[in-house]
Amino acid sequence: MISRRDFIKYSLQGIAVIAVPLTAIEIINPSKLFASKGAKKIRWGFLVDTEKCVGCGFCVKACQNENEIPYDINASRTWVERYVLTKDGKVLADSPKAGRDGFITGRIELGQGKYQDIKNEDIEKAFFVPKLCNQCENPPCVQVCPVGATYQTEDGVVLVDRKWCIGCGYCIMACPYGVRFFHPVYHAAEKCNFCYHRITKGLKTACVQACPFGARLIGNINDPNDEVGRIIRTERVSVLKDEFGTKPQVYYRGLSKEVR
Amino acid sequence: MMKSHVWRPLYAVIGIVALILIARVFVVPEGFGVHERGYMYGWYNKADEGFWKKVTVKYKSSDYCKDCHSDKYSSIMQTPHAIIQCENCHGPAMDHPENPARLFIDKSRGQCLRCHSRLPYPTSDRAKIRGIDPDKHNPGIECAACHNPHKPSLEGLK
Repeated sequence: MISRRDFIKYSLQGIAVIAVPLTAIEIINPSKLFASKGAKKIRWGFLVDTEKCVGCGFCVKACQNENEIPYDINASRTWVERYVLTKDGKVLADSPKAGRDGFITGRIELGQGKYQDIKNEDIEKAFFVPKLCNQCENPPCVQVCPVGATYQTEDGVVLVDRKWCIGCGYCIMACPYGVRFFHPVYHAAEKCNFCYHRITKGLKTACVQACPFGARLIGNINDPNDEVGRIIRTERVSVLKDEFGTKPQVYYRGLSKEVR
Repeated sequence: MMKSHVWRPLYAVIGIVALILIARVFVVPEGFGVHERGYMYGWYNKADEGFWKKVTVKYKSSDYCKDCHSDKYSSIMQTPHAIIQCENCHGPAMDHPENPARLFIDKSRGQCLRCHSRLPYPTSDRAKIRGIDPDKHNPGIECAACHNPHKPSLEGLK
């Protein structure tokens, strides 16, 4: 038989244990603690200046060589789009061979072997827009991967695990920017990864290095002294398809609303 | 008491589950699991980052060229073509001069026309580059037959 004294003692102890909030016994997470102290991690960001781009395509050529993307396939980790807006309101856009050989004629490629000639005097505005993976803060491609083969590193770059990819193509469908494709040799999803092997060694990406005009810049946007970070914070920049909520980390200068 | 005809298939099921769990230990890599950003964004094999960090760097930048080819380097630096990386025309250096011993030089007409085919686009810096109409300016002939890409001013004509 339990004595009255013990019954009250155990009851009070029990209540005290139950009353301890769950948060008080949460195991301290060092990385969370570190983050809350304001110590900022690396976050790779990219800046494209569409005013400076001349459509030479050296970036695409360098990217394809550096990352071993076969020339013949109709896909590329990065590409350059040309937008031509005519005075009668037409919007024409093309990217022949991803812009790898540049834009050497004024003819616009319409696809299926068709071309359209535009007279110079009919052009209202025309410009080039380089595209690449946006390394989104909320990457939909990572979200949909059923096997965990694509992922985001701590410094914000989205990578593909070639050994783990089953080739289902969900990520290719999920990317609002169309940056993903199948690698014909490795039979896995392929995408721009900001030349992860270069940026982690302190080098610039192959495309940034190859651009003669400074139309492409890469940097750690969490670094207060970084040029890309400074421009993003202090100047007028925009991103592609902001409404998708993916928080893209490729910023554009001089973007026009016709660019999608 | 359950009968043996209930127990036997149950044993088989338990055996299969156990087999799958044992196989999982060997098949799933050690780094695989839920990482920082939780199941939605952080479910992957962390060890795979190492694979991407190990990819070979092929483009070494003009700084890699300037010591051995200092004459070429310093002369082109005096010209508007100083902004173009050596490797944009000479190809990725990789481990040159060991591998490859010789680099392939792209002297094609298309290489020059990337910038110098005249496209007078408003709102693009392309319009500011001096250019030609490739259909009218000596079609079919390599630009380098007359122009020196390392000395692109018209005084440098061969």
